[in-house]
Amino acid sequence: MTPGSYVVEVIVENKPLARDPEGETIHQNLILKGGFNQVTSVRAGKLLRMSVEANSPEDARAIVRKLSDELRIYNPVAHTIQVRIVG
Amino acid sequence: MVKVAVIQYPGSNCDLDALEILRDIVKTKTDLVWHKDLGRDDYDAYVLPGGFSYGDYLRAGAIAATSPSLRIVKKAADGGKPVLGICNGFQILVEAGILPGAVLRNTTLRFVCTWTRLRVENTRTPFTSKAEKGQVLEIPIAHNEGRYYLDKEQISELERNQQIVFRYVSEEKKPTEDANPNGSIDNIAGICNHEGNVMGLMPHPERASLPVLSPNNQKDGRVIFDSMMRTLDRSRA
Repeated sequence: MTPGSYVVEVIVENKPLARDPEGETIHQNLILKGGFNQVTSVRAGKLLRMSVEANSPEDARAIVRKLSDELRIYNPVAHTIQVRIVG
Repeated sequence: MVKVAVIQYPGSNCDLDALEILRDIVKTKTDLVWHKDLGRDDYDAYVLPGGFSYGDYLRAGAIAATSPSLRIVKKAADGGKPVLGICNGFQILVEAGILPGAVLRNTTLRFVCTWTRLRVENTRTPFTSKAEKGQVLEIPIAHNEGRYYLDKEQISELERNQQIVFRYVSEEKKPTEDANPNGSIDNIAGICNHEGNVMGLMPHPERASLPVLSPNNQKDGRVIFDSMMRTLDRSRA
């Protein structure tokens, strides 16, 4: 429990059923074409990195989770998010 | 007299086109209102025009959706007033939760600017009451994020509730893959809310309301504005 500034990342990506043409293109036209056949799929998304003043890493994560839901950082119809502390 | 508001957001760029069609062609009293100046539900109908509000940052329409003007639009919509979202306006209505779904990046990963054929699927909305079911309208699109998305179950619900208003179709009036310019699920180009008084569509009827603007000398987009005005005039009568 250390009050301070924490770095929290939000990763927004399309749900598995919503096609992700950017990821598909990177996979097909760059990675597979470049010979990296070990890669079986790519999903492109959006990363937001936030610096958050909070009492603990958990608090920082909770604040970001809350704002992501309340301000619709993602559209729950089509996207999923991951919220993670990176520092 | 009936009064319509065209709401202007930072980055709107089809606002003047919508204003001109409503004011000069359809002959309706119409105000261009800056979104922060929309103080009360003073109008009989609202149009959210196309453009790139807030630079499409985060997601197209996502930031404009948090404008206080949307609370007023929501109230008007709940009260049964006609609300029309064109292109970015449609994206804003979706992001504000006034219309269901999501509008994602085109599957082509390209900005598409082209004329499309739209089949009218539903004539019970205030925006299509003067059209005929199955009629095909030629109206252009211009967008990078126009792929309408909802999961299968919810699409069936939209279908059941007759909320699908327009589909992209081929010359043979069929919703084929080739006729689908952006990868929208079920070729959907426009939808309405459950009650039918809020409609959003990606194509631009204001760009197809004067013969001089269209390749085939038609004015197919007019039917949307004319329908809206008939509804408003009747509600005032």
